Amino acid sequence: MLDLLHAVLVAPFKDMAGSPTFLVEVLIGGLAAGLMYSLVALGFVLIYKASGVFNFAQGVMVLFAALTLVGLIERGAPLVVALVLTTAVMVALAFAIERVVLRPLVNQEQIILFMATIGLNFFLEGFGEFAWGSDVKKLDVGIPDTSFMVWGVQVNRLELTAAITAAVLVAIMAVFFQRTRVGRALRAVADDHEAALSIGIPLNTIWIVVWSVAGLVAIVAGIMWGAKSGVQFSLSLIALKALPVLILGGFTSVPGAIVGGLIIGTGEKLAEVYWGPLVGGAIENWFAYMLALAFLLVRPQGLFGEKIIERV
Amino acid sequence: MTLRRVMIALLVAAVVAVPLAGTVSAQAKEMFVPSLVYRTGPYAPSGTPFANGMWDYLTMLNERDGGINGVKLVVEECETQYDTKQGVECYERLKGKSGGAVAFNPLSTGITYQLIPKAGVDKIVVHSMGYGMTAASDGRWFPWVFTFPTTYWSQASSVVRYIGQQEGGLEKLKGKKIVHIYHNSPYGKEANPTLEELAQKYGFELTLLAVDHPGQEQKATWLQVRRLNPQWVYMSGWGVMNQVAVKEAAAINFPMDHFIGNWWSASEADVIPAGDGAKGYKGATFHAPGTAFKVHADIVKFVYDKGKNIGPKDKIGEALYNRGVVNAMYMTEVFRTAMAKFGNKPLTTEQVRWGYEHLNLTEARLDQVGLKGFTHAVKVTCEDHEGSGPVLIQQWDGKKWNVVSEWIPPMKEVVRPKLEAAAIEEGKKLGYTARDCSKEN
Amino acid sequence: MIYREAGQFKSTYASDQAVFPILQDRVIAGLVLVAAVIAVPLVANEYWLQAVLIPFLIYALAALGLNLLTGYAGQVSLGTGGFMAVGAYAAFKITSAFPGLNIVVAFLLAGLAAALVGVLFGIPSLRIKGFYLAVATLAAQFFLIWLFNKVAWFTNYASSGTITAPPRRMLGIMVTGPEATAPVRYLVALGLVALFAVIAKNLVRGRVGRSWMAIRDRDIAAEIIGVRPLRTKLLAFAISSFFCGVAGAEYVFLYLGSAETLAFDINVSFLVLFMVIIGGLGSVLGSFLGAAFIVMVPILLTNAPHLLGLAMPVALQKQIELMVFGGLIVAFLIVEPHGLARLWQVAKDKLRLWPFPY
Repeated sequence: MLDLLHAVLVAPFKDMAGSPTFLVEVLIGGLAAGLMYSLVALGFVLIYKASGVFNFAQGVMVLFAALTLVGLIERGAPLVVALVLTTAVMVALAFAIERVVLRPLVNQEQIILFMATIGLNFFLEGFGEFAWGSDVKKLDVGIPDTSFMVWGVQVNRLELTAAITAAVLVAIMAVFFQRTRVGRALRAVADDHEAALSIGIPLNTIWIVVWSVAGLVAIVAGIMWGAKSGVQFSLSLIALKALPVLILGGFTSVPGAIVGGLIIGTGEKLAEVYWGPLVGGAIENWFAYMLALAFLLVRPQGLFGEKIIERV
Repeated sequence: MTLRRVMIALLVAAVVAVPLAGTVSAQAKEMFVPSLVYRTGPYAPSGTPFANGMWDYLTMLNERDGGINGVKLVVEECETQYDTKQGVECYERLKGKSGGAVAFNPLSTGITYQLIPKAGVDKIVVHSMGYGMTAASDGRWFPWVFTFPTTYWSQASSVVRYIGQQEGGLEKLKGKKIVHIYHNSPYGKEANPTLEELAQKYGFELTLLAVDHPGQEQKATWLQVRRLNPQWVYMSGWGVMNQVAVKEAAAINFPMDHFIGNWWSASEADVIPAGDGAKGYKGATFHAPGTAFKVHADIVKFVYDKGKNIGPKDKIGEALYNRGVVNAMYMTEVFRTAMAKFGNKPLTTEQVRWGYEHLNLTEARLDQVGLKGFTHAVKVTCEDHEGSGPVLIQQWDGKKWNVVSEWIPPMKEVVRPKLEAAAIEEGKKLGYTARDCSKEN
Repeated sequence: MIYREAGQFKSTYASDQAVFPILQDRVIAGLVLVAAVIAVPLVANEYWLQAVLIPFLIYALAALGLNLLTGYAGQVSLGTGGFMAVGAYAAFKITSAFPGLNIVVAFLLAGLAAALVGVLFGIPSLRIKGFYLAVATLAAQFFLIWLFNKVAWFTNYASSGTITAPPRRMLGIMVTGPEATAPVRYLVALGLVALFAVIAKNLVRGRVGRSWMAIRDRDIAAEIIGVRPLRTKLLAFAISSFFCGVAGAEYVFLYLGSAETLAFDINVSFLVLFMVIIGGLGSVLGSFLGAAFIVMVPILLTNAPHLLGLAMPVALQKQIELMVFGGLIVAFLIVEPHGLARLWQVAKDKLRLWPFPY
């Protein structure tokens, strides 16, 4: 019994103190992984913030964006042209989603809209594979996946690029929501569809804007994750790793997505490396959720989420 | 609301139109071969080449020779998406079709576990070639299940033997560090008991690192590998786990020629995302890669040139394509063996089972088939449904896989006793009794 | 107008509060049950029983459980797969430890084990609500799957790491194991799901169900009038997990025969949630309709090309199947957002007045 307590409460910390450069590597790895999760979580947050829909299909949108980009590059388009065309495709997708899925389901309950995005998820899965095939595709955006040493700590170029991209993207989003007219309109729509309509905010346009922006975020996330593991079906499973980030940060908060990502990423890696071997490893997945759950017990709407005001 | 009416009409029509699986009676001189494939879904990059290899070989036989000794093979693919539920649905739909399926290649460990109990009841052979339940290799307990040419446990012992060869002898393994990175599922864990026993026997330090399904994020695992700094890494991975692992290994500058993947972790799909970083990555296999065989020339001539193919021509000869070819080849040689005894007519499943159990594929026969040097000779017996086959090591050079070793035999003295013990355990669970091989021909 | 519903007068409170107060409804329900018990095993071939009807019944039970939790008590849960896994592994351990025990009793005990686990993971629901709770229950899902993978005790230290349904008899007939025939297994599943449907229907019409619905609709007001949220929510989790646990045990013992943890992964949780939403939240019939939709539509779509005589490559077929399936879900939601059960209710209402439109 004492052995167990020692192994859980003392040994991992001694281990951490014993090799500090390794600890720094683990932390950096965790932060980088967390930021990659945040990229995906950002898409969820955007759509939830502006239309109150929990977009189950976000993972598949990341996959679809990556597939389209790689498919266009394979067919000979130079990178920039491919990016522009992919953006156009995602905007067209946003138009289609708004027209076919969202407009007929205006003002329905959240769970019904959630189910509709599930239908969308199946559809995009089949369509993506139908249009672009099911092989693994290499995504090369010119960032080499090699490491270099900084003060004895190994840092990976690709992860560094992803981290910087995520930070920049979040900054842009934060400014967009707080400072621009469109951003304010988005927040109004998120609060109450009908009230927003009544003061003249065009709901349909707002939804198209928000889903397009989420599509753009999906492209960035698709590029980063696709460069890491090749573009294939499993990319859509990233959404499951982004969910703890969402609930920790709060569904409606853009900075929450980043902070949540950092916390989940580091927590997960530290647990796996230092406590994982005690129980045989592979504890990352559920540990992330348990961590998020622990935070939720203290703040039930996430660290930065909107406080749910309940009326009797 | 017309949409509402349309939907209601559709619903009523769907309920009324009872989709009874049509039963087509068997034509004379035909055998029905179902092919469970996964051309879509998360494992499609691995399933598609295998399915193509299988289809091409069987179609080639039909086109070139008119079938096997005059009996045509009717091949039907059924998509499982590597999902157990869909695998069961395919099995149930196809087992009785067209006079009865002659054998099943489940192509998925999950589906294999499903079908093993059913095989004895429905009396259809299940051939889980190099995958599935290793314990089922003991034919005394599982007469209807075959795992030849080799299994995960034998593969693990062969890989350790190879590592020993590279280090200058098995005694030199003492004190070395070997890491086994495995998919956190029964498939991934298969090699662990064998590796642990070999670690005790030869004195190397074994570390087992599990990667949770699906294995998209392996930073923590590879940080630990970096810290341990092992001499060798062996991987039992599947799907995206393979691609990410190879990439991570390259990213931490791990010497790729000391990284060996098992035969489901060493295909073209696994090395493509890593690009040049994957050069030198090794993998285990039980057949050669490439197209330098007469069979491939015949396939191009009789299948691709006639337009009867499903997959693209430039993917012939890929590692998993050849695995499909070897699977089809084993099956058709079994048919020939059975027909030699029972006559050149469509075989019953009992006869096919006899054929499987008496398969004796010699080097001479392989040469006749057009696959000289492609795979090793196999002899299946009543007790040994594994064939206890040896393993080859192949290496990726950036463009293709090349064989870089001789045939490495498994450590039968380590693997067979454990296999027999496991077979007794698994057989008793299903309420089987062992049969006596000496009483059968 | 199919039959006149008016004119049947009740003289006792009990007969007035019956689940099927109208005689014709009772007769129809009885006929459906008789057809399901007698006609189906005689008529259906093994493919239909094994690949369509048995999974439909098992998923219907799981959907029923989840509907009680999500539809009636308002707690969205994505841990269904984990609770089913608990039921399956518990049933395996119980029946291998007590081989003489009746297998249905083993299922029920396994359900109890799942109920205990459900209560444990339901505790956060006292603090967390809505989609946050859904994602939090994913913690249960991932942790339970990891636990069953890691601790070899659950599989009786099997080298294969899987659990297999051992052969068990009931009343002399083989019920589980490879020798058990499809009609027998179908009847056992049907019996269990019918029993639990009756229990569920009575639960939701009684005090327990009303307290759940009160919590779902206005939990603060409910607390004020005396509905204790702790007890009510945990009871909902317990009963729902019990149903899911029994469904999980049936999943391995009556349908698959042998399973590894991947059979209970996150996809199962999502699938059961889809069934509940499509079928109709807060409706016992809805669980069955949703399960039928999700189980049968993919099979219908897979077999459709054969029926229509089209020869399509299997990959293309599967992709089109996925697209059609997704499209159908969206279409059905647009037509009737409250699920198939509501569609059925509307149909009945229209039939009452037919041929008049209103």
